[in-house]
Amino acid sequence: MRWYWIDRFLEFESGRYAKAVKNISLAEDHLHDHFFGYPVIPKSLVVEGIAQTGGLLVCEYNRLAEKVVLAKIPFARFYGEALPGDTLTYTATIEFVNKDGAMISATSHKGGELHAEMEVVFAHLSEDYAEKTLIDPATMVHMLRILKAYDVGRAADGSPLVEPCVSDGRLRFEDLSPARPDSSEE
Amino acid sequence: MPTKEEVFEKVRDALVEALGVDEEEVTPEATLVGDLGAESIDFLDIVFRLEKAFDIKIPRGELFPEDVLTNADYVADGKVTEMGLAELRKRMPFANLDEFEKNPVVQDFGNVLTVADMCRFLETKVEVTD
Repeated sequence: MRWYWIDRFLEFESGRYAKAVKNISLAEDHLHDHFFGYPVIPKSLVVEGIAQTGGLLVCEYNRLAEKVVLAKIPFARFYGEALPGDTLTYTATIEFVNKDGAMISATSHKGGELHAEMEVVFAHLSEDYAEKTLIDPATMVHMLRILKAYDVGRAADGSPLVEPCVSDGRLRFEDLSPARPDSSEE
Repeated sequence: MPTKEEVFEKVRDALVEALGVDEEEVTPEATLVGDLGAESIDFLDIVFRLEKAFDIKIPRGELFPEDVLTNADYVADGKVTEMGLAELRKRMPFANLDEFEKNPVVQDFGNVLTVADMCRFLETKVEVTD
C-alpha cells in the first residue's frame, strides 16, 4: 500500500514553506463509499495530505535525521467539499522548529478559493526510539524525489536543493548550503 | 519590556489557541491539566507558542521537569521522594508545591502547574515592568 495523499510539490523552500497539489480522482477506491452517489474527499485525508506536505518539509530541514511524527492538530477549519476532478493546492509554512518538534500553519485551496486552513504540530521522537526505524532514509529520499521536491526545491541560500546520496542505508549530503540557524545554538 | 498584565495576556492567548478553551476559563488559579484539560502533547504546543510570543527559548524540562518524575532516584512506589521534592523545588521556584508535598503522588503532579505559575516562570525569563 502506498500512502501518498499529495501528488507533486510545486514549490519547496527548505526551512520555510512548501506547496503541493492533490488531484482527486474517481480511481480512488474509497470515494465510492464516501459517499455512495456523492463522492467527496474525506477531510481526514486532506489533513493527512497537508501533514505530508509539512512533515516532509520539516524532515528535509532536519536533513532526515529526526523521526518526525504528526502529534496534534490544534485546529482545522473547512469551507466546503472537494470532489473528483478538483485539484487541491496545499501550502504549509513552518512557524516554528526546534529539536523537540515543529509547528506548521497550512491552507488548502480549490482553484482560487480557500478550502481549508489548519495548524499541525509535529514531534521529534526522542532517543528512546533511536533503534526503531519509522521510515528508512532511502524511502524518504525516494518520496521526496518522486514528489519532485528536488526538481523545484531550493535550499536556504536560494541554490537548488540537492538530493543526498544514499549509501549502505546512510545519507551523504553535499554541503552546499549554510548551516541551519538552530545548529549554532546547540 | 512587557508588564505583568501583558505577560498574562500572552499566556492566556497561547492557552486559548493550544487548548481550545475560552478566555474566561483561563484564570490565574486554573490548573493546566485539571481545569484546562491539557495533555502531555499540549505542552509541546504551548511551549512553541510561548517561545514565539516572547521570543525566548524554553529548553525541554525547564517548565515541566518530566525527567525528575521518571528518575528512579526521585520516585519510589509512585510517590516523589524527599530528594525528588528538593529537586522539584529547585527546578520550579515559580510554582507552589505545598499542596503536592502533602501527598506527592507522581500521577497528581500534572495538576500542580497553574496559569499563575506559568506567568511567574515567564517573568524569570523576560524583564517585566509592573
